[in-house]
Amino acid sequence: MSTPILELIDIRKSYAIGTSVETEVLHGINMTLSSGSFNALTGPSGSGKSTLLNLIGLLESPTSGTLRINQHDTQNITDAELTKLRGQNIGFVFQFHHLLPAFNALENVMMPAIIHQYSDKQAATTHAKSLLSAVGLADAWHKKPSELSGGMQQRIAIARALMLKPPLILADEPTGNLDTHAADDIFKLMKQINETQGITFLIVTHDTKLAARCQNRYHLVDGALTHPEDFASENLN
Amino acid sequence: MPLSFEWLLAIRFLKEGKMQSWLILAGVTGGVAIIIFLTQLINQLQGTIIDRVLSSQAHIVIKPTEETTIRQQNTLITSALIQPRGQRLRSIDQWENIVQLARNTPGIKAVSPVATGPVFVRHNLASKSVALLGIMPTEYTKIVNMYRYMVKGRFDITGDQTVIGTDLAKDLGVTIGDRIQVTTEDNQQQNLTIVGLFDINNKDLNKRWVFSNLRLAQTLLNIPGGVSNIDLAVVQLFQAKQLAQRLKAQTGLDIESWMESNSGLLNALSNQTVTNNLIRVFVVIIVALGIASVLVVSVVQKQKEIGILRAMGAKRAQVLRIFLLQGAIFGTLGSTLGISLSFGLLTLFSLIYKSPDGSMLFTAQLDPKLAIMASIVAMIVGILAALVPARRAARMDPVQAIRS
Repeated sequence: MSTPILELIDIRKSYAIGTSVETEVLHGINMTLSSGSFNALTGPSGSGKSTLLNLIGLLESPTSGTLRINQHDTQNITDAELTKLRGQNIGFVFQFHHLLPAFNALENVMMPAIIHQYSDKQAATTHAKSLLSAVGLADAWHKKPSELSGGMQQRIAIARALMLKPPLILADEPTGNLDTHAADDIFKLMKQINETQGITFLIVTHDTKLAARCQNRYHLVDGALTHPEDFASENLN
Repeated sequence: MPLSFEWLLAIRFLKEGKMQSWLILAGVTGGVAIIIFLTQLINQLQGTIIDRVLSSQAHIVIKPTEETTIRQQNTLITSALIQPRGQRLRSIDQWENIVQLARNTPGIKAVSPVATGPVFVRHNLASKSVALLGIMPTEYTKIVNMYRYMVKGRFDITGDQTVIGTDLAKDLGVTIGDRIQVTTEDNQQQNLTIVGLFDINNKDLNKRWVFSNLRLAQTLLNIPGGVSNIDLAVVQLFQAKQLAQRLKAQTGLDIESWMESNSGLLNALSNQTVTNNLIRVFVVIIVALGIASVLVVSVVQKQKEIGILRAMGAKRAQVLRIFLLQGAIFGTLGSTLGISLSFGLLTLFSLIYKSPDGSMLFTAQLDPKLAIMASIVAMIVGILAALVPARRAARMDPVQAIRS
């Protein structure tokens, strides 16, 4: 097993409801993703998938437990450091692409670089263009998101997630909003990027068929991970 | 460019919300234009009024102290009624020293001793009660520039020559070259030759002022070698009161500045200034509220985009700066447009509204200091107004923002 890109040790997350009652949503999650792996996270709605993804994406902090990204501990660090760690290590792909409507495809792909104040605009533009052609949209670079189909928008979102060459990409229902054909295309694209560039993927999905095509599968039920074997048997049933 | 991301986002977001941006911009432009227009208008009008009032009078007048009757103490017989003493024309004691003192006082630019008193002028059967003004022309014209008001002849009062107002000339039926007879209270008489007519834009003064040289007036008014008052002009108009008080303390004489003799006018002007300031403050508040409310709406609309930017690694400070920049952009653009608009309004008004005599009531000038101040204030107000929405955007939790 190669070096872990992500380590979760006994991660718990509680939300306060009202003033005194606390509800634990995640009950001690242990999870290790090795660098370059291709992983699926499944589970019924309300099982805590989104919460887990937000924790991994450093958008929320766990109540207790250890979370390491690319060997960096995330406990007791400031909001600014978290933001920096997130920018350097994680690319996001969301169900509803979330492209910025005021910017064209190329600018949307370049946005992470713009946020991080790139030093070489020419190099950033070239890189963004190569990413656009990698997702098959080289000719659409000047189009606004509203002029593109759902599948194309999702491809741009993937290209954007790759812009800063993060070692880990988190995809939250990346195909959830697409028809079967487009969903299959997007899945293949991610798999291809994983294989050619060695970027680790963690894909949250409802689609068990897509999940079955992933290298590792994690199944979340009521805030706890079930064993892959259980998952496999459940899948057989 | 360290702020390139913030600039890019600020400008794109503004372009995206075109309608909102135009509305805000119109609000700031209107506000700045109103403030500059009003201020410029009132400053100029006040300047014109003060100029008109003060161009025919001294800024400070020094007079001898009034003679008073003092009740004697500790006597067995006391009168029940003490009446004020009748005043007669008197000279200022040691007036040469006082002229010297005034000349050496910093802030005073001209000093003119004057011998003035009531006389009758006669020509044929017409007789008028007037004020004889005995002056030293070189000094007096530094206070009231008579050369400017001459409509006929010249301002020359050497020997027995005199200069009178156009209205008095009309009443007496005289013109240049005619001789008029001056009679004083103690029946002294003197003939004067008219060599000039003036129009000082004041009918009352045009009927009342009869100029002669100082020496002649001293003799006629029976104060040989003396002066009845000393007229002063100051450099800073609004320092007149303070300078008058200082001289009063030094000399003990009766000294009054234009600010006291025209207190009604001064009150009106200061009320006008207060009103203008109130309007300015309210306009600034309204514009600030306008900017803030539109930006608040814009922040709510951009919630998702802000969330996604934060997820991609944008710092809170960067998000904050995007919206502060927008406020600054509105302030700067709005003040630039507002200054141009106010200049247009001033030009228009200067063409429409004129003085009764047809001259310009005010000119379309723009005080660069006022324009710079307005731009700076507009930018600061823009940034301050954007502060609340900007902080709201920066505090936004990316998870909530994306989900909502």
